Amino acid sequence: MSEEVKSRLEKAKNAENKKAAVGDDVDLSKYESQTTQKPKHVPTSSIPAEDRMKILATGVTLDDVSQRSGTFVQIDNAPMHTAASQEGIEVMATSQALAKYAWLKDYYWKAVEVDADKYTAHVELNNADGYFMRALPGVKSVFPVQACLYLARGKSIQDVHNIIIAEEGSELHIITGCSTAGHEPGLHLGISEFYIKKSAKVTFTMIHSWSHDTEARPRTGAIIEQDGLFLSNYVIMRPVKSIQLYPSARCVGENATVRFNNVLVATAGSKIDAGSRAFLNARGAKTEMIARTISTGGDIISRGYIEGNEPDVKGHLECRGLILGDRGSIHAIPELKGNRAGVDLSHEAAVGKIAEEEVEYLMARGLTKDEATAAIIRGFLKVDIQGLPAMLNEEMRKAVKASEQELF
Amino acid sequence: MDKENLLEINDLVVAIDGREILHGLNLAVKPGETNLIFGPNGGGKTTLLMTIMGFPRYKVLRGKIYFKGQDITEIPVDERARLGIGLSFQRPPVVRGVKTRDMIEACLKDSENSTLVNELAEKAHLADFLDRDINSGFSGGEIKRSEMLQLLAQGPDLALLDEPESGVDLENIALIGQLINELLGKTHPIRERIRSGLIISHTGYILDYVNARTGYVLCGGQIICDGDPRDILNTIKEKGYQECVSCLKK
Repeated sequence: MSEEVKSRLEKAKNAENKKAAVGDDVDLSKYESQTTQKPKHVPTSSIPAEDRMKILATGVTLDDVSQRSGTFVQIDNAPMHTAASQEGIEVMATSQALAKYAWLKDYYWKAVEVDADKYTAHVELNNADGYFMRALPGVKSVFPVQACLYLARGKSIQDVHNIIIAEEGSELHIITGCSTAGHEPGLHLGISEFYIKKSAKVTFTMIHSWSHDTEARPRTGAIIEQDGLFLSNYVIMRPVKSIQLYPSARCVGENATVRFNNVLVATAGSKIDAGSRAFLNARGAKTEMIARTISTGGDIISRGYIEGNEPDVKGHLECRGLILGDRGSIHAIPELKGNRAGVDLSHEAAVGKIAEEEVEYLMARGLTKDEATAAIIRGFLKVDIQGLPAMLNEEMRKAVKASEQELF
Repeated sequence: MDKENLLEINDLVVAIDGREILHGLNLAVKPGETNLIFGPNGGGKTTLLMTIMGFPRYKVLRGKIYFKGQDITEIPVDERARLGIGLSFQRPPVVRGVKTRDMIEACLKDSENSTLVNELAEKAHLADFLDRDINSGFSGGEIKRSEMLQLLAQGPDLALLDEPESGVDLENIALIGQLINELLGKTHPIRERIRSGLIISHTGYILDYVNARTGYVLCGGQIICDGDPRDILNTIKEKGYQECVSCLKK
């Protein structure tokens, strides 16, 4: 065992009981840890139809992969299927990639701290697998690459560790769907590390579809080099017991850009603590964060943090929240920190109800009150994502549409 | 009520937030007629239109509103719209995420006829606005044209137009006038016209483009005068609304 690995394991061990900086604490002893299994390659058709349907609700299609540049499926702690269909786009299990590429250790736990909290520690100590995706220099993914992380076994923890690398001048579009089989309690821990090289572009659309009994603590870090672009879209509209995530992007190269779009719907009993962080560490770096949040009875904390550490950086954070019904809460926490003269950071946040005036305006055109309300909510959730390919926008629109049926 | 009237208002008393604005107003509109309502700011013109449309903030304390022979005093806004009443708002709200196209499609009811949507938008010079959020960043004139566009799609039997020319430059007033004439079917011979209009005008400019049968002066929450709209406008231009008020006192 190398000194580096030893030191990493030690750090993880020391953090085994370390609570997360924000969010409710999850008692890990309530769940059973699963052994990480060796990657397999089973045909997607062998995944039961019922599970495939649940996975489809997260934008991941296993029946027809002709519109995908690659596919990865992990059920519990076992990578089940990896496939890449475009030259220059690599999709494999992280363990396979680590075995194949000695250099990958330089990326392992570099965008996320192994001892950030007990969840990152658990993923490391359980030697988690996950997906490795890479676009070779100059390669642009024609279709999105998709990944599905599926929690099938009840009362257990799913550990995932993903690494995504977009080499210089490449483009990688990813759809990740996280879902669960049943209504037994479960905990999903997922590490995702993104490395966006010079002039590369990554769009990452993550759709969560959990259950009333699922808890999730994803941990995401991104490092963006000069002229690189990272677009992250996160959608959760179905019930969840509790989720806390606060992805962090570091713009380390000049003109690096990161955009976060969060669409969060908390139904009764759901606790969602979600946000985005950007560290603008190079001249010309930019960020834009948009959160659209709706509570239909659940509780949402919508966070945002932008730190400007060099002149000529620009960041804007927007959080809008609607509370529908008599219960539920939305707590918007936008934060800005400028450490140099010449930074340009701003935010706007609004939490409220649907404006009666808008409902009545639509009713004056003949829509019923319910139709008018639905149209306004649909419009509210419709975030026009600049830079997202039309096809991904369509996938996201479909996912939002599928979930919004439960709203009305 | 008189069965010949499309709209009939009897002894209407309306309050907003507990303050009485209309004090026993009477008005009748026959099918095919276009009438103009003049009056000083704060006189109750917008309140009258909003009450006919049925917005809940405008509380009817007394009186009745009949439309097509039916008592609509208590029925909600959307039902009135479906019965055939349409309103062009003076200051409509921005509805984020709801596109102009969505609104027109809603007005056209069940048909998602994109050719028709585009044709109507061309007429209102708003083809480039179809995929923008409704009223978001629209200029004064664009808002008025967008309102007219929605009403053209809705095709109401009674169009309530709240200051369709305010904030519109002279060039665009002609276009607004043209859209109103089309909306009210004024290209048809008089006896074949069935659509009626009730237009609030502060300045009267719209009379240069749209013919109206009767003009009313609404002042202090009551209709205090009616007559040829041009005569009324000339009097107001010469002597101001003060003349109307003193006339009432006589």
